[in-house]
Amino acid sequence: MKVRVYVTLKQGVLDPQGKAIHHALEGLGFAGIRDVRAGKLIELELDDGAGDAQVEEMCRKLLANMVIENYRIERMEAAP
Amino acid sequence: MRSAVVVFPGSNCDRDLAEALRLVGGRAPAMVWHRESELPAGLDLVAIPGGFSYGDYLRSGAMAAQSPVMRAVSEAAARGVLVLGICNGFQVLTEAHLLPGALMRNSGIRFIGRDVALKVENSQSAFTARYAAGEEVTFPVAHHDGNFQADAETLDRLEGEGRVAFRYAGEVNGSARNIAGILNHAGNVLGLMPHPERAVEAAHGREDGRRLFEGLLEAVGQPA
Repeated sequence: MKVRVYVTLKQGVLDPQGKAIHHALEGLGFAGIRDVRAGKLIELELDDGAGDAQVEEMCRKLLANMVIENYRIERMEAAP
Repeated sequence: MRSAVVVFPGSNCDRDLAEALRLVGGRAPAMVWHRESELPAGLDLVAIPGGFSYGDYLRSGAMAAQSPVMRAVSEAAARGVLVLGICNGFQVLTEAHLLPGALMRNSGIRFIGRDVALKVENSQSAFTARYAAGEEVTFPVAHHDGNFQADAETLDRLEGEGRVAFRYAGEVNGSARNIAGILNHAGNVLGLMPHPERAVEAAHGREDGRRLFEGLLEAVGQPA
């Protein structure tokens, strides 16, 4: 079973990396960019029995820093 | 003073820190590997050095905070043992929840390595007793993720409780309220981004950091 964890900065937390990407995109001539926020995507390959609670705990304990980040868990459909 | 320096894979200021402790304290610290689950008995101080623990993968200090030795450090901190985290050590202490807030990428994106002026905000702690409140000192900084952030309520509490130990005299890395170093509630844990251990002897070009270690000796009843 594949699980994707998206880790993103909380709203209101300044994102220096997103800002740098924003500037770089504008430097390339792309117009109309209002904001850029950078985050992380972590893919986990888990035993089929792994429960939501376990993944939540992984996020809170290590994958996200709850002071500045949020996480979102996405379960991938098993390949047919 | 009985001290220990924790060493993670990727630590690179551990020997500088050990040398500063030996030079000022007159006694070499124990070097404790990250896999140890216990610290040497009878410690007065545990120091967490700068560097790039575990390659700073995921987030600076995140992996190190989960290492066996950090559980022992947390227990020691709860017993009142002095804990000093410098640079990556500060990042580890926030990730281990021994200090509030988080250290994010510098606002200017670039790594910053230079001397910076700091204001000593609190001269009442074991770490800062040898400084005068409001005094300006200069320590080197060398970091990529030194941008201290916390929510407004936490920042207000830190300020209100006198837990901001050091503040940058000017803007350096985007840190909220120019905070460079903070204390825990009990005052026995200090984390700071600048490097006092790199300013303890004439050959370093300045000795402003020396008094931090002297203050610790005094705090444990062995004045230098």
